[in-house]
Amino acid sequence: MKVIPARIFLPFGLIAALIMTFGCGGSSTSQPSQPGTPSGSNVQEITVNTGPAFNYVDGAFTSVTVCSPGSATNCQTIGGILVDTGSPGLRILSSALTVSLPQQTDSGGSPIVECGEFGSGFTWGPVETADVKIAGEQASSLPIQVIGSPNFSTIPPNCSQGQQSLNDLTNLGANGLLGVGQSIQDLQTYYACPSLGCTVTNEGLAQQVQNPVASFATDNNGVIIELPSVSGAEASVSGSLIFGIGTQSNNGLGSATVFGTGPFGDFNTTYQSTQYPSFLDSGSNGIFFLDSTTTGLTVCADTNLLYCPTFPQTISVLNNAETGTNGASGTASFTVGNADTLESNPNNTAINGLAGPQPGSFDFGLPFFFGRNVYVAIDGKSTPGGTGPYTAY
Amino acid sequence: MKYRMVFAMGIAIAAIALPLAALASLGGDLSSVRDDQAKIQGTLRMTSKNSYHIHEIQAPSGTIVREYVSLSGSVFGVAWQGRTHPDLRQVLGQFYDPYVQAVQAQRAQSHGRGPLLIQQPGLVVQMGGHMGSLAGRAYLPQSMPPGVRAEEIR
Repeated sequence: MKVIPARIFLPFGLIAALIMTFGCGGSSTSQPSQPGTPSGSNVQEITVNTGPAFNYVDGAFTSVTVCSPGSATNCQTIGGILVDTGSPGLRILSSALTVSLPQQTDSGGSPIVECGEFGSGFTWGPVETADVKIAGEQASSLPIQVIGSPNFSTIPPNCSQGQQSLNDLTNLGANGLLGVGQSIQDLQTYYACPSLGCTVTNEGLAQQVQNPVASFATDNNGVIIELPSVSGAEASVSGSLIFGIGTQSNNGLGSATVFGTGPFGDFNTTYQSTQYPSFLDSGSNGIFFLDSTTTGLTVCADTNLLYCPTFPQTISVLNNAETGTNGASGTASFTVGNADTLESNPNNTAINGLAGPQPGSFDFGLPFFFGRNVYVAIDGKSTPGGTGPYTAY
Repeated sequence: MKYRMVFAMGIAIAAIALPLAALASLGGDLSSVRDDQAKIQGTLRMTSKNSYHIHEIQAPSGTIVREYVSLSGSVFGVAWQGRTHPDLRQVLGQFYDPYVQAVQAQRAQSHGRGPLLIQQPGLVVQMGGHMGSLAGRAYLPQSMPPGVRAEEIR
């Protein structure tokens, strides 16, 4: 069964929108995707499809295996996990988790519960510990967030702040998030929750929910997202999440340009002589940037959240490394299609040309990844392209 | 960082230490909110432009909040950026409840997910970014001093 997609978004490190495309196959100036399907113990398949809630477009999903720490049998493989370069850490919906994992507690025995803030919503749930296995890699005793646990159903007002809850399948659109961004720790707000009430607590870095890749024994300095070019709209496309940068024969930088970033992957983008903050985010399901006044792109008649130009437009920008890093810059361009037109066929989930406003900044979501190999180097990790954090494509 | 630097490029900065300065809520005035700085426990400084002042406070979490205050002392805009959103009830003041209602209306329209873009005649709220790097701004279009553009609030 498939929900007729109304428009859905999730910007965060996470945006979903339901749209179809006809647009002019979008990515342009940078490298075309490399032919051939990589394989190896550091390669995990990812697929752009509707996701487990049947309501997603331009989301890349994969599966992860979680085990009770040290156990080879108390394990569960969970599909429908959204790959998100815009956040660090593994988060799994409580409703999708059947294996029992140990709850993290503070020194007084109180359970630790996290408030995770995304671009347009929040996750709330306890920190539990798991061995996390993806492809041939393993992160042992990794703190993860279990979202929407019925054991912690009272959300502190300072966490929700009127924002959208991402604590269930319908609203998250996924069984979980695999956050593989530049930062190791997520630096979010943690609470100690004894039986009566929750209070904010100082969570040590090692105890925080964190990027599983950094904890792998090998191939732990970053990831590559490889997705094919998408011409207009396609039902589904598959690609690879490759662990490590320059650690194997299948994960070299090649001709990619390395852009130094801030600790969470931020850099800068110049559009028509003005510089804006920007980031690359596979968890955003469109390219969200600037506004109609600045770009001349009209928004759709029925929603101001997407652009609807009469004809597809090519947007050219200059990406610049974060100030004080490696000084790199390079042009890039992408297509903005008419979201109303793109939305016409609900069977298509891989859509090029989907875009909408985000005043004052650039969020290069999944459409930017189509036809580009995008590298994410983890903060402080050494790679052949220099020490992270950086992004490269 | 980024936001702060972009901002710094466009404005002649005169950073002044304001030991007892206050942070106002949107729609409020400076004198009415002397407790805000204490609440956020941040450091604060002020910069001035022709038709308004910017009171900038940095919370211990690193989140920076800027309040845009007209020469007559009313707060017509707020902007923030940091790892986490600030206390929105505090920052949005009397516009917090309208903001919450507008969020719910937008979510009902779009399956509850999406970039936050509230555009009403009397209130604009925009929030975006990603985990670890969030930004937002809110302003009152009808209270903007003449000649001030929305892009200046950031």
